[in-house]
Amino acid sequence: MPLLEVTNLRTSFHTRHGIVRAVNDVSFSLEKGDTLGIVGESGSGKSVTCYSLMRLIPQPPGRIEGGTAIFDGVDLLKASPEQLSKIRGKRISMIFQDPMTSLNPYMRISEQLIEPLLIHEKISRDEALKRAMAMLAEVGVPDAAKRIRSYPHEFSGGMRQRVMIAMALITKPELLIADEPTTALDVTVQAQILDLVKKMQRELGMAVIWITHDLGVVAGFCKRVQVMYAGRIAEHAATDELFAKTAHPYTRALQKSIPALQPKGAALYTIAGMPPDLSRNIEGCPFVPRCEFAQEQCKQPVALKDITPGHATACLRVQKNEITL
Amino acid sequence: MMSTEPPIITTPSAEIEPGHSLWQDAWHRLRQNKLAVAGGIFVALLALVCLLSIFIAPGTYAKTNLALGATAPSAAHWLGTDILGRDMLARILMGGCISLSVGLAATLVSVVIGVLYGAISGYVGGRLDVIMMRIVDIIYSLPFVIFVILILVVFGKHIVLLFMAIGAVSWLDMARIVRAQVMSLKKQEFVEAAVALGLRKRRIILRHMIPNVLGIVAIYGTLIVPSVMLLEAFLSFLGLGVQAPMSSWGTLINDGRKSIEEYSWLLIYPSLFFSLTLFSLNFLGDGLRDALDVRASKD
Repeated sequence: MPLLEVTNLRTSFHTRHGIVRAVNDVSFSLEKGDTLGIVGESGSGKSVTCYSLMRLIPQPPGRIEGGTAIFDGVDLLKASPEQLSKIRGKRISMIFQDPMTSLNPYMRISEQLIEPLLIHEKISRDEALKRAMAMLAEVGVPDAAKRIRSYPHEFSGGMRQRVMIAMALITKPELLIADEPTTALDVTVQAQILDLVKKMQRELGMAVIWITHDLGVVAGFCKRVQVMYAGRIAEHAATDELFAKTAHPYTRALQKSIPALQPKGAALYTIAGMPPDLSRNIEGCPFVPRCEFAQEQCKQPVALKDITPGHATACLRVQKNEITL
Repeated sequence: MMSTEPPIITTPSAEIEPGHSLWQDAWHRLRQNKLAVAGGIFVALLALVCLLSIFIAPGTYAKTNLALGATAPSAAHWLGTDILGRDMLARILMGGCISLSVGLAATLVSVVIGVLYGAISGYVGGRLDVIMMRIVDIIYSLPFVIFVILILVVFGKHIVLLFMAIGAVSWLDMARIVRAQVMSLKKQEFVEAAVALGLRKRRIILRHMIPNVLGIVAIYGTLIVPSVMLLEAFLSFLGLGVQAPMSSWGTLINDGRKSIEEYSWLLIYPSLFFSLTLFSLNFLGDGLRDALDVRASKD
């Protein structure tokens, strides 16, 4: 049985300009200890997918319209607040994009680090502090015993993200959701944070969902990837396969957009056009207006379908074997 | 992890300080504001002297000496005596006790009720927020003076009732301010992080919301004190507040007003104490605002 099984998740936002279907019929599953990358550009619904799982979508305007997310027998989308608080921070933890604002500025690092322990485990303050200190050293904060008494504003961005990771992992969760945790950090620190999460994953044997818009990160870190576009899954595959046997024009376009893979001096590749307006109902493939392979038939509804076991695409023409990318 | 670090570098790593909280930083800034410090010291000293006067010379404020009558300030009575021959210094200090404690008590009430009420309303939001805020609106719309007069007439003129009447209305502003702060605060990522860690509403409000609004609360609290003292003086001036022979600055000023032409010191000295205290508290409040809210201050 998979650790997490999401089926037909649909989340929308009811705004003044209409209903924005941010996540539209997304299904995926995750085994224990697995690493799944979710890739897509801004507004593709990758964060909303995970926020929906944690029930962190502000309601209203957001609404989880349907679907299930079974985590160890519990449907996260319908769990009671009591059930949720037992799972959040204990069995599923999350790290956020911006470490500068994710820590409470008025609390010492130590207080924030022991908070999940105090609410989730029967443990004394001293014991919790000891574990917090060990954890802080573990995530590579030098001089942890002293730094633990600092306040967030005395830490750099990279150090704060380490604190956030320590906070998320201190309860030894079974699943870690990382929402672009390296986006706000500079490149050298990004690599350190990636290595750190990898190391912690090995030690704790937890599953990781890594949300990113950086295919490079995915390549080095994730076992499987799903590419999202306009609130839907465009392609889902094992990482090697995604790069070797790309099966969706959008994935191919994303790969071409990586600057390092292009000849020096050439104009940078960009995907022409803009992502579609999600407040309008899109019948067929949402990538049609920007796709170089689009035909009239692409405007009819299309479902995600396996082309080889474990490799699914939502491109009709690839499914019909009409094009190879 | 850092095992490859060259050994030549001797890092003075042992000297990391335990860390300055934002409160400590604010305290440091406050101390550099001379006006605020002077104001704070003045109020503290005055409160101390007022309090001591009760223990050193209990009852002096009510001791009449009809033979003496009203006398101008002299060596025996530094600030003179009133028409009934009572020592003005003793009466002013007693009045200070009452005025300051009314200010303090009402502020305490407004802080405790207002902060909790506002934080809950703002954080929970939705229908509860609407109901809670309409209740505030309703109390707001009651004509305050008539409300207080009604309470005092129905339940009798007791000083505790005066405290309660003032306290009952002074938390409204605080609740609104805290609510607005909390509403903007709850959109911050650290609150999202706290929810993701499995914290319940109660704990988030108490541990994450309230400490973050305390800066604003402290500023507003110091500014409530003088306004409440003014209110008490106003009520006493109308004869609704403290009753003789007890004195408050409001009643003293009212008494002095009646005999301003013959015995001006009866008006001047209580007014002087009152205004100096109000000035000091306002300076302190301004200083606190500059110290706690760095973005709003001029430098």
